[in-house]
Amino acid sequence: MRHTISLLVENKFGVLSRVSGLFSGRGYNIESLSVGVTTDPRVSQMTIVTRGDDQIIEQITKQLNKLIDVIKVTDMVELEHVEREMILLKVAPRPERKFEVFQLAETFRGKIVDSSERTYTVEITGDEDKIEAFINLMKPMGIKELVRTGKVAIAREGVKT
Amino acid sequence: MKITGAEILLKSLKKEGVKHIFGYPGGVVLNIFDLLYDDKDLNLILTRHEQGAIHAADGYARASGKVGVALVTSGPGATNTVTGIATASMDSIPLVVFSGQVPTMLIGNDAFQEADIVGITRPCTKYNYLVKDVGDLAHIVREAFHIASSGRPGPVLIDLPKDVTAGKAEFVWPESMDIRSYKPRYEGNKWMIQKAAALIAKATRPVIVAGGGVVLSGAHKELRELAQMTGIPVTMTLMGLGGFPGSHKLSLGMPGMHGTYYANKAIQESDLLVAVGMRFDDRVTGKTDSFAPHAKIVHIDIDPTSIRKNIRVDIPVVGDVKRVLTQLNKVLKDEKKEQWAAVKKKWLAQIEAWKKERPLSYEASDKVIKPQFVVQKIYELTRGDAVITTEVGQNQMWAAQFYKFDKPRQWLTSGGLGTMGYGFPAAIGAQMAVPEKLVIDIAGDGSIQMNIQELATAVVNNLPVKVAILNNRYLGMVRQWQELFFQERYSHTSLDVTPDFVKVAEAYGAVGLRAEKPSEVEPVLKEAFSTRKPVVMDFVVDWTEKVYPMVPAGAPIDHMLFPEEEKPEKKKLRAVK
Repeated sequence: MRHTISLLVENKFGVLSRVSGLFSGRGYNIESLSVGVTTDPRVSQMTIVTRGDDQIIEQITKQLNKLIDVIKVTDMVELEHVEREMILLKVAPRPERKFEVFQLAETFRGKIVDSSERTYTVEITGDEDKIEAFINLMKPMGIKELVRTGKVAIAREGVKT
Repeated sequence: MKITGAEILLKSLKKEGVKHIFGYPGGVVLNIFDLLYDDKDLNLILTRHEQGAIHAADGYARASGKVGVALVTSGPGATNTVTGIATASMDSIPLVVFSGQVPTMLIGNDAFQEADIVGITRPCTKYNYLVKDVGDLAHIVREAFHIASSGRPGPVLIDLPKDVTAGKAEFVWPESMDIRSYKPRYEGNKWMIQKAAALIAKATRPVIVAGGGVVLSGAHKELRELAQMTGIPVTMTLMGLGGFPGSHKLSLGMPGMHGTYYANKAIQESDLLVAVGMRFDDRVTGKTDSFAPHAKIVHIDIDPTSIRKNIRVDIPVVGDVKRVLTQLNKVLKDEKKEQWAAVKKKWLAQIEAWKKERPLSYEASDKVIKPQFVVQKIYELTRGDAVITTEVGQNQMWAAQFYKFDKPRQWLTSGGLGTMGYGFPAAIGAQMAVPEKLVIDIAGDGSIQMNIQELATAVVNNLPVKVAILNNRYLGMVRQWQELFFQERYSHTSLDVTPDFVKVAEAYGAVGLRAEKPSEVEPVLKEAFSTRKPVVMDFVVDWTEKVYPMVPAGAPIDHMLFPEEEKPEKKKLRAVK
């Protein structure tokens, strides 16, 4: 089963490699990972998406907790939470389909953040289903390039631990 | 007043109570070595290889219970420590290792003798640091000792760029230590302990499995109290030997791959396992699906990741073994003890029967020296009062089987990583820690050659360590596997050219002795033990001898092989070589 694990860690050099090294050294896979500093500049927030049965996820969360630089580990599966990721997608539609790109971007509440004679770059945020749906709709337009952030997740208010 | 990083380092070490450092100099650590030249309070023991330095610091830590300290240079000096650090990491041994590093402005430039040792050792240290600012040094040293020795102990590495040791800062020693993200839990959860006590009270076929955590947390008294109060037999893992007296009537010896018949039978038939400070290594469990199939499992460990990693657990208790056992014993004291005795009578009788059925044994000989006989003689002559280190392989298993350890910190062996070359430098470290004790490395002819250069360290420092080589001219344990599972295809396990160990010892200025007949074993041991010098004893042993019982890797632990299952004609064939 897929789990989104949220980590608070010390904002020091080498911490990311300790966390990722834990996964690689024990043969666990990271599907996505995103990191950013919190309102406290000494603390960073990581969101890791990984997959495993209960026993593996239990080991992952325990092993993460054991790392000296890890302040808090939360498995989001246990909480009502909101997940988002963002993509930047560069398409090169045929002239007659240019308008469609605009329309779809609007429908998905995306933004055109760059354009050239032949291409548009669209920014979309949303949960995984929305992102996947948008990508599928854009495929016939001719996707030139696609970059995707990892997921970020936050617990809904009232259920925070 | 500002002082140099090197001065801060030595001051910090003294604050931590360090007296001995094991190490090897090099260009980027010269600021530190220069200060050590005049220092009366810090004794640097120069080994002949950095791996030797780490194992020596490790042996020092295991024998004394203190943190072992090592100091090496950058690049190859640092990379040579990796095996030693990984060894300590697998066995949870508190070490602080200082490595030199090229100046900060050169880091990342592939400078001469540069290695990213912080990166290299990240997976095999409990924590590691690169000191970038001399002002952080005292704090980092304090933190490193705290991390190394608290919770589940382990090695910590501090990488010291040359300019940091030369730079200056005020010496500010943090009196207290608080790391917000590191708070080991020492007390056990009360409810869990009560549940564990309830299971213990109603079990009819219980077994305690004691691991290295018992030794590390100093819980041997509490463990003995638990066993004696409840009448539960105790099996000690390789790392747990000495955590419970090996000569006690409730002792089952070691479980697992080369464990005793009765320990393995007892585990497999048990209805309750109380696992104390042990981590269910595959060498203990064999096939995990069929391990202790009828037992409820109580697992006490300070490291939550050890619980439910390999084996399902019914009652997990996270906490320091000594504290948890104290809590548990208190709860159990209120139970009805007479009732237990009656219930367990049948179980203990069954165990006695297993002990009689297949005791640890070997076929004695008056023609050829049996390796087990050497270990037994060492046990007899030392009355069980020596510190024994071992190398890895058959020598290690025979030592574990035939020497009875009654006290903790008498038995130093590389359990987790299985590091050949560990025993001799570890013996040197142990002898520094307990100078009044007899320290003996039980070695194989293969393993001893992995760090034999440390003979110089023993001789120069006048350390009367003894090395007993069980010399079978083979990498015996690997040969044993080849014989049993690879149709006797002895691929590269025959050590056709081994040095004359007596001459090697003499060349280094140590004493060399040899025994070729069983009748010579005792005189050689007696002479060695009465010599206040390093002694190497070369026991030319029966090369066909194997370690039994043996559970083939991945089999259930009650599937044990015994010597009588060997075909007699094969035995004869081998004997003619």
